[in-house]
Order: sequence, then C-alpha cells, then structure tokens
Amino acid sequence: MSGKPQPVSDEALHAYVDGQLDAVRAAEVEAWLTVNAEAAERVRAYRAQNRALKALLDPVLDEPVPASLTESLHRPRRARPWRAAAAAAWVAIGAIAGYTLQDWRTPPVVVATPFFERAAVAHVVYAAEVLHPVEVRADQEAHLVQWLSKRLGKELRTPDFAPLGYQLIGGRLLPGDKGPAAQFMYQDTHGARLTLYVSTPGEDTPPSAFRYEEQAGTHVLYWMDRELGFALVGELNRARLLDAAHVAYQAFNF
Amino acid sequence: MASHPFEEHIPRLRRYARALLRDVSRADDLVQDTLERALVKLGLFRAGSDLRAWLFTIMHNVHINQLRSASQRAVMVEYEEAGLNPETPDDGSTLRDLAGALERLAPEHREVLVLVGVEQFSYEETARLLDVPVGTVMSRLSRARERLAALLSGEAAPHLRRVK
Repeated sequence: MSGKPQPVSDEALHAYVDGQLDAVRAAEVEAWLTVNAEAAERVRAYRAQNRALKALLDPVLDEPVPASLTESLHRPRRARPWRAAAAAAWVAIGAIAGYTLQDWRTPPVVVATPFFERAAVAHVVYAAEVLHPVEVRADQEAHLVQWLSKRLGKELRTPDFAPLGYQLIGGRLLPGDKGPAAQFMYQDTHGARLTLYVSTPGEDTPPSAFRYEEQAGTHVLYWMDRELGFALVGELNRARLLDAAHVAYQAFNF
Repeated sequence: MASHPFEEHIPRLRRYARALLRDVSRADDLVQDTLERALVKLGLFRAGSDLRAWLFTIMHNVHINQLRSASQRAVMVEYEEAGLNPETPDDGSTLRDLAGALERLAPEHREVLVLVGVEQFSYEETARLLDVPVGTVMSRLSRARERLAALLSGEAAPHLRRVK
C-alpha cells in the first residue's frame, strides 16, 4: 500500500464497523479514518447505534424465560408423520448439543402411516445422510434390483432419471406398513437427492392417478400401479416431480 | 427432564422478537410460534448447520407471514413526510426514543439493523437468513442507519404508517 491513505466507500465503513473486513482491508479503512474526519464521524455514529441497540435490547437476555415457552418444547404433540424424521434429526442435534436421546424421547408412533408418508420420512432421513445414504451402491445396480425385487416379490426397475439430471446412487431395503419396501436414491450434480419409494400396500389395490402432497417443505408425488405403491420424494417442484413420475411409470410398464 | 436443544436459544430469540415487536406478549407469541414451527420442520434441519441461524430464519419467515396477513387488513404505506414529525418525541429518555425510532423503521430495515448490529450475524449469514443477496443486506443496512439517525435527531424522515 502506498503511503497516502486511499478513500474508502461508505459500504466499507459499515463493513468495518460490523467486523466484516479482513485485516488488510480493515487497515486501509483505519488509515483513511486518520485523515478524513467525516468518515471517522460516520464510523463513530454507526458504532454508537450498535451500542445503543444492544443497550436497549440486551436486558431481554436477563429476563426469566416464561415457562410457557419451554413447556411448549416438551408438550406431547399430535401424532405427525414427521415424528420419525424428527427423531432422526434429534440424533444429529443431540450430537451437536451434547445430550443423548435417552434424556429426551419422542413418544412412539402408534398410528398407521400411509405409504407415501413413510416414503417422505424415509427421504428426509436417508437423503440427508452423507456417509451411508444407501445400502447397496449403484455400481452393483443389477444385484440391487434383483435383491429388492426378491424381497418385495415384484419385479422392480430403476428408472433412468438422467434426462432430468439425476443419476442413481443406490438403494436400500426398508420396513413398509405390511412388509418390505424399497428405496432407490438418485442425485444431481449439486448433490440434491430424489428418492423413489416402492412398497406393497396390499393385494387388490387398484391403480390410481398421480397425487401430490407437500408437507414440511418436502414434495411427494405418489401413485398406485401393479399392486405397488410408488412415491417420488424430493425438493423438486410439482411439474418436475410429475415429469419424473412419468419416467418411473413408463419404466415399470414397458 | 433434560433441556431441549432449542432452549439455549430462547433468550436470543426473545431479544430479536422484542426488536421486531415492541410489545412483550406479542413478541413472546412470535417466539412461541417460531418454536412450534421449528418442531414441525425439524426433519428438514441439516445436521452440522447452525441451529441458531436456522431458528432465526424460521422466526423471520413467521414474522413476515404475520406482517403479510396483517397487511391484508391494514395496508402498510411508506411515505415521505415534510417538516417536523409530530410523533417524534422531543425529549425523554434516549432508550425510549430509540425504541420508538426502531419501531418506526421499515420492517426490512429493522431486521438487518438488529441481525447485524445486535445479533452479530455476518452479512453473508444475514443474507441467507433473509433470503436476499448480500448487496441487498448492505444497502438496507446503510439506509437503516441513515433513517435511524434521522429519526433520533428529530429530522423529518419517512416512516411506516397504517392507513385504512
């Protein structure tokens, strides 16, 4: 840097006050403040505002927290399909917060859950998984399909979602409502995941139209076909999920 | 019963809610709504990410939804007022002036001012939290500080008023 301090922008003054600058840029601002009284006055005024706001609001931190707020965290809630997913998230949060599930337990799920809700929960639980998202990886695709087909007692397929930007990364066996269920997981180049959940909801289940559900930010498109329940789950919008559903439907019918 | 992982964040959520809504019981209602929403959405929390920032994001969303539904009943209009603002207190305690001035900032200005100045989120964190570009955070912050200064010095300044 040359000997003469260079002018800095008003944005840089704000960023300096808020501690957003690295050491080099902060030093540039400080040099400018020594020669520009107007800039120095602005910095002083912005700092004074931050201090005043803290003085106004900080006493809230020392107030006792109303019991109603902490109680709401422990109050049993209405059974939700998300409870299993929430329980999984507790494990993650528990690891961060340094407490265990033995201390704080969600009540068990007692209501029967429709297959598409199981699909959504399975997606939330496993699509967030970094180390072990699948049980059998896509490099053993033939084995994966054969194994899951045998367990479900139906011929399963892995639809090709590559035109939609998703590649198969593998799959796993899951407990369904009345028997086993299969989950195939796909991933795009950004790491976003799409899961296809297939279960056997029971004999004599008539085929159905595509149906769409949106809950807690997760999108589910599901249908019944060939005595199987299918559910596609992902952060895709409804139109793209529908495109994927058509691909899956075709894969199982042709 | 062990403490819930949300509990340690409640005091700071209350502080932020109090900045957004001056009234204590309305502010605590906002905290309650935020915690309930967070419990429902917990399955979407990404392990390893910042729980405090996540809770603040939910509070922001709950708050703007409430403002939107309120604005269906009373339209919020921002307008310039010439001359002295009759609502500006001419004396009284500095903190009371500040609370009044904060209340009269546009909600998006109040939010950045407090998230950055009091909660000390970085500009990037604030941008993610509010779901706006970093440049927007910086321009709002600059405008917010300018207006807060104007309100505190009793100068004419634009402010929000409910009409209808």
